[in-house]
Amino acid sequence: MRIPCPICGTRDRREFTYVGAALPRPSDEEWGAGWDDYLHNRENPAGETRDLWQHEAGCGAWLVVTRNTVSHAVLGAELARGATA
Amino acid sequence: MAELIASRPAAGLVPVRIADLSLTEESFGALTSLSPRRGAEGALGAALQQAHGLGWPAPNRSTQTDGARLIWFGHAHALLIGPEPAQGLREHAALTDQSDAWVALRLAGDGAEDVLARLVPVDTRASQFETGHTARSLLGHAHVSLTRTGDDAFLILGFRSMAKTLVHELELAMNSVAARKGG
Repeated sequence: MRIPCPICGTRDRREFTYVGAALPRPSDEEWGAGWDDYLHNRENPAGETRDLWQHEAGCGAWLVVTRNTVSHAVLGAELARGATA
Repeated sequence: MAELIASRPAAGLVPVRIADLSLTEESFGALTSLSPRRGAEGALGAALQQAHGLGWPAPNRSTQTDGARLIWFGHAHALLIGPEPAQGLREHAALTDQSDAWVALRLAGDGAEDVLARLVPVDTRASQFETGHTARSLLGHAHVSLTRTGDDAFLILGFRSMAKTLVHELELAMNSVAARKGG
């Protein structure tokens, strides 16, 4: 598995650390179902998924990686800063 | 007050010479990390050019003059090697003294790329990784900064605490490469 880091170029998986699902942070200040979902509830999709990875052994940037859990294809990566969740 | 004797991070570990390959320790002046303040990359580049004659390096690249080298060191991050940084740089960047934090090794000789190919998950052949190119990556399990400094020479910067591991890994790989060549 290789991940196309937008800064370093395509690199081996062992340079990256998996962080978790890339979810939009709820905008409301009050506790609600949105926060439950954000903190606890996860999809387990067979297909395309978006996760946060950190290029820990490389440039250090946090990335949103789009990949397919069925085919194992890595479809793309963008910087988490400024990414649309 | 006690007089402390400074020792190099790789003292007693190098030099290692095997066939045509050599692993030695580099001794630089100061090492300073530079992180531009948000939006100040351009101003920092101009200040660096004026103070040290160095341009801000693009990702995976380094710039150098006679006595100084500036290595891309990560996302919005570069390492100034050699001179004490000009005070004016502080206006545009966060500066941190890293002089004692890193071990600087020089791997040189015919087959240096083959040694790295056994340890580093990056293509370091000259066709892909030219003199002046740099990468943050892994050497074995240790995080390193790797820069090609010549046709068959590389600068490897690793955490000082990992000096013994790095030399051990490199020495093993140097032995293997030399054995394959029948040296």
